[in-house]
Amino acid sequence: MATVAAPAVERENYLNTDYGIRSWLLTVDHKRIAILYLISITFMFFIGGFFATMIRLELLTPAGDLMSSDTYNKMFTMHGVTMVWWFLIPSIPAVLGNFLVPLMVGAKDMAFPKINLASWYLFMISAGLLLYVMLTGGIDTGWTFYVPFSTSYSNSHVIAAGVAVFINGFSTIFTGLNFVVTIHRMRAPGMTWSRLPLFLWSNYANAVIMLLATPVLAIVLVLVALERAFGIGFFTPQLGGDPLLFQHLFWFYSHPAVYIMILPSMGVVSEVVSTFCRKRIFGYAFVALASIAIAVLGFLVWAHHMFVSGMSAYAAMVFSLLSYCVAVPSAIKVFNWTSTMYKGSISMATPMLYAMGFIGLFTMGGLTGLFVAALGVDVHVTDTYFIVAHFHYILVGGAVMGYMAGIHFWWPKITGRMYSEVWGKIAAGVIFIGFNLTFFPQFVLGYLGMPRRYHAYPPEFQVLNTLSTAGASILAVGYLLPLLYLLFSLKYGEVATDNPWGATGLEWRTTSPPPTANFEESPVVTWEAYDYSSIPEVPVAR
Amino acid sequence: MWQDLPLWPNRASALANRVDALFIFLIAVCGFFAVMIFVLIFVFAVKYRRSKNPVPTQIEGSLILETTWSVVPFGVFLIMFVWGASIYMVEARPPKNAMEIFAVGKQWMWKFEHPEGQREINQLHIPVGRDVRMTMISQDVIHSFFVPAFRIKQDVLPGRYTTTWFHAIKPGRYHLFCAEYCGTMHSGMIGEVVVMEPATYQAWLQGGTGEGSLASTGQKLFQQLGCSSCHRSDTQGRGPNLAGVFGKPVLLDDGRTVAADENYVRESILNPGAKVVAGFKPIMPTFDKIINEEQLLSLVAYVKSLAQPEQREPVSNRPAVTPHSAAATQRKQ
Repeated sequence: MATVAAPAVERENYLNTDYGIRSWLLTVDHKRIAILYLISITFMFFIGGFFATMIRLELLTPAGDLMSSDTYNKMFTMHGVTMVWWFLIPSIPAVLGNFLVPLMVGAKDMAFPKINLASWYLFMISAGLLLYVMLTGGIDTGWTFYVPFSTSYSNSHVIAAGVAVFINGFSTIFTGLNFVVTIHRMRAPGMTWSRLPLFLWSNYANAVIMLLATPVLAIVLVLVALERAFGIGFFTPQLGGDPLLFQHLFWFYSHPAVYIMILPSMGVVSEVVSTFCRKRIFGYAFVALASIAIAVLGFLVWAHHMFVSGMSAYAAMVFSLLSYCVAVPSAIKVFNWTSTMYKGSISMATPMLYAMGFIGLFTMGGLTGLFVAALGVDVHVTDTYFIVAHFHYILVGGAVMGYMAGIHFWWPKITGRMYSEVWGKIAAGVIFIGFNLTFFPQFVLGYLGMPRRYHAYPPEFQVLNTLSTAGASILAVGYLLPLLYLLFSLKYGEVATDNPWGATGLEWRTTSPPPTANFEESPVVTWEAYDYSSIPEVPVAR
Repeated sequence: MWQDLPLWPNRASALANRVDALFIFLIAVCGFFAVMIFVLIFVFAVKYRRSKNPVPTQIEGSLILETTWSVVPFGVFLIMFVWGASIYMVEARPPKNAMEIFAVGKQWMWKFEHPEGQREINQLHIPVGRDVRMTMISQDVIHSFFVPAFRIKQDVLPGRYTTTWFHAIKPGRYHLFCAEYCGTMHSGMIGEVVVMEPATYQAWLQGGTGEGSLASTGQKLFQQLGCSSCHRSDTQGRGPNLAGVFGKPVLLDDGRTVAADENYVRESILNPGAKVVAGFKPIMPTFDKIINEEQLLSLVAYVKSLAQPEQREPVSNRPAVTPHSAAATQRKQ
């Protein structure tokens, strides 16, 4: 592990130091843990994708004919549960963040490498439990676990699934803890806060949310389990509880969780846009502080999920106003990314295509957020496909596009190989088209009034549902393509140089892939973030 | 072809026009910003592509621009907020004198009760041109009463009443959906709202079973359950006289005051000890698990009917609100 970097005949890196299985399962190297996470969440992504496929196939026709209602209810529940907790929340932080945070601050590893490994083991235990739940009958409460359905009426594995999410939450907390401490305490000499790459700013803000919000999820899951198992009346009125208490607690976590999913993507996009425009991010300080503003305001808007729940109309007005406030920092980011392109020297490589896709689709998702923040409109569209479309634009059009941008951008650094640029661009295009065809019709369906979580629907909604299913099949191809050409590149890809894109971050100033200790000598930072004059001119042919 | 592909929902309530107006405003404003961003990205990507513009111009930022694109959007957001909130406040306040319909949601059906006594399942007949107020409760999990053509939706909770209202403007048959996921047959918990011309509606009412009005059903139940032996129509009963109580503030024995609304009446029947009227002892037994939600609704309707204007004048005969008993309560604390 702690060997001195060997001279450059065959450069030693974190991948070739040891090939044994123990060297992976007992590693405390943040880069290897990132790889472990990458494999695990990719597997979970395709499981979640399988459920999505079943949903879209069922909705191809108005009648509920492909599977039973109970099966359909389990499909959308397990799609949501898997994608939210076992893919989106760990995606960028646990893979790219784990790999990059120590590299970007100029450190040898995370502050707590063993806690980092423990985080992955907790994730795997929770994933195993979730797979057990899936294979032994599943869960049908919706990913939101609404009471009293989940505590008193559902006949599925609510407690087991709750325990899985509970354990999963601690893997999130461990990751967040490591990020906060590493970014505070382990920055290289000269790496001041104002020189921090924006990826770190957004992951820092994100880690704070992970630390503060996730425990509330743990609490509410314990309460649900206690009520379900022992009949202790927290939420069910017949037992003396209040179902709205559950909703307040659940959304107090789950709204910030949306920002857990999107903030890291914003960080990726900042890095990618700057690099492929060869230009400092326009309004660096505003983009950085917007992340903090989102993290803080994100805690104050939870009840906008509850405008028709029966809570006080005056409370609803406060939450509507605060929801508009949290839209401002998001708007600031979009304007700054767009302005960064102005007078840049723009290369349309695959990561940039994904980043541009992110900006466009996140803008659509954010702007439709303004629709649902408007009380009078939300009453009509909440719990319809309008909401489904809105959050998929944020979480798939935004978060997953950002994740794809990041995976492609740092792929040469992580693996030491270049992927096929041609296939990369094709896949980005296919994903963009498939995504829009899948989800745009759902905005129309929602305003027409089609409720979400419907196994069967009135026949007049069929044309739009068919379009959506057609789009989903294109999207599925789009997601399978990268799996193939990225794996292909591991063996046949061109060997990557240390800094193939001409980017400025510290991670590009070490070898590709980096040595176990990250840097041959500890870096000292004397330049501002995104200072393209600080690196030798790199010809980028792509 | 366009029958198969509707792009705009039916507009069958007075509110629908207001909601659609805001929705169109939102499409216009957001569409403008979206197109602006898309065009800028596209133009920059073409104009400043690396082959054409090999050397970027470094720009630090601009405080003026940052301020502009923070303040201007926020100003626009405030318009959206005020507009949206004003519609919501209309939705939240049912007009006085609205016709009243009770609804019970259960896995997986809707039951409706008209004040005249008609009951129906998964169908709701209402007259065009009248304000209709829905008082709703669930017998099991959370449901949600959603009529897209009216642009209204309200969760229906177990354990307490929620309300919504609408004013239909166009006769026809409209979808009624349950919008809150409620288990196996959630997508089967659907029905229709039949909006009728007033004359047709009257004819439909006449065709009913003639069980008597909801309030009279409640009155019978009130006698059967023995409520009337304590809640007497004079001041001598062991429980408060209920005439004229509904809709008024009630002083409790702990000094608090609550409004005597549907939820208070319901709670007082199921959990009588929770909010005891000042001057009375907590001796009433609970009727929880003895009567069901529909019977409860008829009792609520009966208590409500006791507050009708013609019976409303004498309010001061109840010990609950006399200064003497209030003072006695104060001393006890």
